[in-house]
Amino acid sequence: MRAELKNFQHEQYYFKLRLGFTAFVVITLFSVLALRFSYLQIKQYKHYQTLAENNRISLVPIVPNRGLILDKNGVVLAHNFFVYTLEITPSKVDDLEKTISEVSKLVEVSSLDRKRFNKLREESRNFESVPIRTHLNEVEAASFAVNHYRFPGVEIKSRLFRHYPLGKLGAHMVGYIGRINDKDLENLEKNGDLSNYKGSDHVGKSGIEQFYERQLHGTTGFQQVEIDADGRAVRVLSSTAPIPGSNLVLTIDSKIQEIAETAFGEHRGALVAINPKTGEVLSYVSQPTFDPNMFVDGIDVENWRLLNDSLDKPLINRPIRGIYPPGSTFKPFVAMAGLENDKRVPPFSISDPGYFTLANSVHKYRDWKPSGHGMVDMQRAITISCDTFFYGLALELGIDKLTSFVRHFNFGRKTGIDIQGENEGLLPTPEWKMRRFKQPWYQGETVIVGIGQGYTLVTPLQLAQATATLANNGVAMKPHLVAKIQKTITNETQTVPLIVQDTIPLKPENIDIVKRGMIAVTQPGGTAAAVGANAPYSIAAKTGTAQVIGIKQNAKYNASSIDERHRDHALFIAYAPAEDPTIAIAVIVENGNHGGTTAGPIARKVMDYYLLGKVPVPEIAKDDKKVPSKSPNNALGTAATQPVPEEELHD
Amino acid sequence: MINQLLKQFFKHIDPFLMVCLFFTLMVGLFVLYSASGQSVARIYGQGINIVVALSFMWVAANIAPNQLERAALPLYIFGVLLLIAVALFGSISHGAQRWLNLGFTKIQPSEIMRIAMPMMLAWYFSKQEGKPKMADFAIGSLLLLVPVALIMKQPDLGTSLLITASGFYVLFLAGLSWKLLLGSGVLFAASTPILWSMLHDYQRKRIEILLDPTQDPLGAGYHTIQAIIAIGSGGTAGKGWLNGTQAQLDFLPERTTDFIFAVFGEEFGLLGNLLLLLLFTLIILRGLVIASQAQSTFARLLAGSITLTFFTYAFVNMGMVSGILPVVGVPLPLISYGGTSMVTLCLSLGILMSIHTHKKLVAT
Repeated sequence: MRAELKNFQHEQYYFKLRLGFTAFVVITLFSVLALRFSYLQIKQYKHYQTLAENNRISLVPIVPNRGLILDKNGVVLAHNFFVYTLEITPSKVDDLEKTISEVSKLVEVSSLDRKRFNKLREESRNFESVPIRTHLNEVEAASFAVNHYRFPGVEIKSRLFRHYPLGKLGAHMVGYIGRINDKDLENLEKNGDLSNYKGSDHVGKSGIEQFYERQLHGTTGFQQVEIDADGRAVRVLSSTAPIPGSNLVLTIDSKIQEIAETAFGEHRGALVAINPKTGEVLSYVSQPTFDPNMFVDGIDVENWRLLNDSLDKPLINRPIRGIYPPGSTFKPFVAMAGLENDKRVPPFSISDPGYFTLANSVHKYRDWKPSGHGMVDMQRAITISCDTFFYGLALELGIDKLTSFVRHFNFGRKTGIDIQGENEGLLPTPEWKMRRFKQPWYQGETVIVGIGQGYTLVTPLQLAQATATLANNGVAMKPHLVAKIQKTITNETQTVPLIVQDTIPLKPENIDIVKRGMIAVTQPGGTAAAVGANAPYSIAAKTGTAQVIGIKQNAKYNASSIDERHRDHALFIAYAPAEDPTIAIAVIVENGNHGGTTAGPIARKVMDYYLLGKVPVPEIAKDDKKVPSKSPNNALGTAATQPVPEEELHD
Repeated sequence: MINQLLKQFFKHIDPFLMVCLFFTLMVGLFVLYSASGQSVARIYGQGINIVVALSFMWVAANIAPNQLERAALPLYIFGVLLLIAVALFGSISHGAQRWLNLGFTKIQPSEIMRIAMPMMLAWYFSKQEGKPKMADFAIGSLLLLVPVALIMKQPDLGTSLLITASGFYVLFLAGLSWKLLLGSGVLFAASTPILWSMLHDYQRKRIEILLDPTQDPLGAGYHTIQAIIAIGSGGTAGKGWLNGTQAQLDFLPERTTDFIFAVFGEEFGLLGNLLLLLLFTLIILRGLVIASQAQSTFARLLAGSITLTFFTYAFVNMGMVSGILPVVGVPLPLISYGGTSMVTLCLSLGILMSIHTHKKLVAT
């Protein structure tokens, strides 16, 4: 008991000792603060008083020049130029309406300008200046400057504007910049970039402009300036120069891009061309397109509605956001899956009656050719696109083996291209269906995956990447749009490294079978013979059709009787030269009916220019806009004189 | 009769602390009125915060320390579970994941830890027989580091710093050996260059800016530079209430919250600053006296930690605003606008009062 008490007293003694020590620390540190205050408020008082009272120091950010975007040959796709803008700071103006109407007597302000102003005002904060007119000419600028004293809160500013000289060309790929909104601010803050955007009012919103925002923007400089009582800068105290953003050199050739976009004519759809050996994207088309210049100073409501509500959906970035059933273009990959799993290895053949049935079922899975194709082996099945053959193969493989194999070709996952917002597409599995619909997987669903129908969905980019991977014998190169990043001050050029994404171990003899099947597609008897006609290089290809609406059993699909938007999507994949491919292409023409006739010729024009430097002759006659390719394409020359085989019209 | 009731009502309120608290809160409302651009709405809002906080203080003052002791472990476990929940399902606002949405309201579990941490550690050391051993300090540190790591991850540097401090004070007052203290200090200093070399360039840059804000005059440094101009230009007697040009002309950012001291320093000058320092010193010394007179180990350690944490708030905030400490998000106690810190601070002062006024009852 006594010992315990003693222990307690001992403990209390030590505690008090420590407490005393902390009291000492508290007093010491507070004394440090008191000294600091005395230093600032007595010793340095005059200095800080001068700063605060007479002249206030202000930091003025100097916005860096945004980097240029150039195509592979140096053609400018995005650049900057100076324009005069007339801007209003709402918080400094008493009667906004009156001010605007007074201003419009000096400088023309259209109703469109007003609408845009109102929209921008909603998006920005009260103390930010918002442009009421952009692109003032010298006369307008001068006449306002003379009257400036009448309009406090209204100013003429000289701003750097972003301009896309090629306009609609490649708009989805290049993207655009737009004014920074609340969401952008949040992102910038999250990434710790906010202080670098003091003074910037634009940020990349889509495409390359968005993905490479960091590189393009540069580092903001700043000036410390003395301001007098009226807020005018008196002199510059110190300044740090901004570092301009880097220039980007793309893998795209704007000439190919133009040829590809023109080839689409009035059609909607997408095209992606990739160099299989490097992953360089050679062309990136999304049709219809839009003029990105409209977005730079903020798009007005009417134009926005026009674009956003259009049935043609011009704003959708189809190569990465458009998802389509791959249809028969899926068959070469299903064929690879079969051969690598030792299924249907030649000389194995089937006799095709024109349909396929499951055991214990009367449901007929129809071939596109009702009478059947007779004896068919793997290579011929690809060439003539025999549905019956692939129905059976898919069933034999089973859905799990099938999807897990073709996933290596980048189906059902992102390709990692340097544009944000890529869709993953969909490779259905029983687990996925259970999660999504709470229903078991049926055998019949496996059957139709064999011909690229059912739940399977791919993006045009995935399809192009898969084709490139096949062309490159299973070595998948990461697709990319930017080839080089050039630092503007040091002129140091950084080449974007080529990345091998996946190496699929494919047996050479199996590759050979699939490739020979695809080469025969563009030869007489194949489903796209017209596409390959008179080509001085060999083309390996596959056509495809994707159903937009379901067709009832025993009903016959008749293109002319169906509303245009319900017609099938036309698909086409190809690579060339077949022996040593340097270009792989995927084309999708929405509601284009059949791959060989509408999508194929587009691919051919792109390949002709890329491989031969041949510029297509403009089409002379266009008798029917809706179905332009019913009559064989004039640009393909002699194709017109050849009879169109039956296979051409089906798939 | 009414006298009797009042006496009963104020039975557990420490008059000395209450008077200091009252003056500090008054000063706070005056500065806030100026800093907010004479906004009555802000004063009204802060008034409500103060009423709520004082109610919490009263409740805490009326709970006997031995009851707090029993609540320590469950409260700590509850707090840690909530922090884990935040890490897993917390909602993100302004880039940090701190809030837990309960459907009807959102709570910030790290606030619970500010009280729960010193309580838990005080409880742990009060349970150990005799002089605490090395192992006890190891366990104590672990109890401290787990929640702190979770809060650091959110990320909330200010709060994790204050909680670390509150836990460290318990360890120190419980008798953490000087040798160990010095040893770990030296070890930390020695390992800094190695840690530094392991960091990415951008991480280094961030730390450099934290230590020297003038490197980023457009970002973090802007606050500090403007705050120093405000304080310095206040001079000896200040520019007078509502007359601070820096504050009134929008030069000072966050001037109602973390940087409110700059407004105070500009308008009330050195004399005002010293007066405020005096008020804080009185509160802290009173807290240390309460700790030294407390009778149980738990009460002693808790009172000490609470008092020193209060000191840390004041010192870190005034230090960062006057430019001698890096900018971390720590408010000026009892003065910055905001409900949460007001409630936690008054609650902890209530615990101090409880420890002091229940003492005699325990003794008899």
